[in-house]
Amino acid sequence: MSAYEPKIVGIFCNWCAYTAADLAGISRMKYAPNVRIIRVMCSGRFDPQMVFWAFKHGADGVLIAGCHPGDCHYQEGNYKALRRYKLLQKLLDQLGIERERVRLEWISASEGEKVKQVIDEMTETLRRLGPLKIQEAPGEEAAAAPAAGGGHHG
Amino acid sequence: MAEKPKVAFYWCGSCGGCEEAVVDLAEDLLTVAEAVDIVLWPVAMDFKKQDVEALPDGAITASFINGTVRLSEHEEWVKLLRRKSQLVFAFGSCAHLGGIPGLANLSNREEIFRWYYKEGPTVHNPDGHEPTPEFRQNGYAFELPEFWNTARALDQVIEVDYYIPGCPPPAHIVKDAVMALLQGQLPPKGSVLAGSRALCHECPLNETKPEKLLLKDLKRPHEVIPKPDECLLAQGLLCLGPVTRGGCGALCINAHMPCTGCFGPLDHIRDFGAKGLGALASIVDFQDEDDIERALEKIPDPVGTFFKYSLPASLVQRRNMGGKTS
Repeated sequence: MSAYEPKIVGIFCNWCAYTAADLAGISRMKYAPNVRIIRVMCSGRFDPQMVFWAFKHGADGVLIAGCHPGDCHYQEGNYKALRRYKLLQKLLDQLGIERERVRLEWISASEGEKVKQVIDEMTETLRRLGPLKIQEAPGEEAAAAPAAGGGHHG
Repeated sequence: MAEKPKVAFYWCGSCGGCEEAVVDLAEDLLTVAEAVDIVLWPVAMDFKKQDVEALPDGAITASFINGTVRLSEHEEWVKLLRRKSQLVFAFGSCAHLGGIPGLANLSNREEIFRWYYKEGPTVHNPDGHEPTPEFRQNGYAFELPEFWNTARALDQVIEVDYYIPGCPPPAHIVKDAVMALLQGQLPPKGSVLAGSRALCHECPLNETKPEKLLLKDLKRPHEVIPKPDECLLAQGLLCLGPVTRGGCGALCINAHMPCTGCFGPLDHIRDFGAKGLGALASIVDFQDEDDIERALEKIPDPVGTFFKYSLPASLVQRRNMGGKTS
């Protein structure tokens, strides 16, 4: 049996998604314990740097969750998140990282059930994809090929 | 007369443009050459590796190293120069961030060799030769450097003291760095020797940049002749000025071309490409998913657009190839 448990970093907006996660907790819903939620003021705060930083430090997936279209507390932050997410998906293709590893969801403050459903689903998806290994220690080839340090080959 | 400071220039995986940048010092090159003792400069002078090896450790005041670290030979040389030098300057985008050759990190050695020695349409190689580290003919053994799977920025291989950004670095940036070295006025170690604010701050078109940038129609540089007096972003051209370190003098903007980011990130940015993508994607003025996707079709190559000079130094460093990179 595999000991692999996916690690998900959640970037949840303060006004909708995070409140929904609170609701899920208060309602004692059971969902996969694989997500570590970080509260941000708005899904528009999400920056692709955060995604790669999380990947680099061991995350297998990143879940961004914000208010439904039209409901953003700051009018348009969630649309900004959506635009970044769309372009990021294209970038992921080029970088050989499966699109499913970054997910954007709209979750309103009352949708505790959706928090549960999305997290469970994403955990299953990542379980199927397996761990993401993008960490490549600088000098990885120095270890693989003795040539690097010594000056000759072999 | 006191001994002149010893200076070395070296190139790794590079195009030669950085050497050109040194020559671009023009008359100032004579002043520099007068003030220093050049102990290595493969493009211009005849020194051998033994000459450098014979120097005591730390004997070179400063080494200026350009190019991406791509071959075992590069790695050997930069480690040698690190040992012999008090200061190492990463010179140009390739040494600073990995550079354009760093886009090869979308592949690995196997893919690159397959294309360039076998499958490429202009290749004629019936015997299927490809570079190997060792080669024997007529009883002689020859050695070639190893080709690494992953191109790396200089500070991913050795410790770097200063960065001179640019593809290539403009002459005034090079001159300022050399003068700071000679006059003992270098900033704290680790500094990038250029501006500390975004390019937009020094851009001649900055006054025409709208308070709120929103665009329905992105344009690629070959599709338009830009108006010379309006912010290029406002005209729909993807300009990386908002996230790129200034100090170049807005050279490309003055030639009516958008900034492609060769000076790299500002100090607070960790991943230049990711930041640039995040900043520019959000100006697409649509709310509907399909409309957004259609508008983003004008960015067919996000890696080449946002990571043009910085893929090796980015957080992901290279394409994920399921372990086939070592």
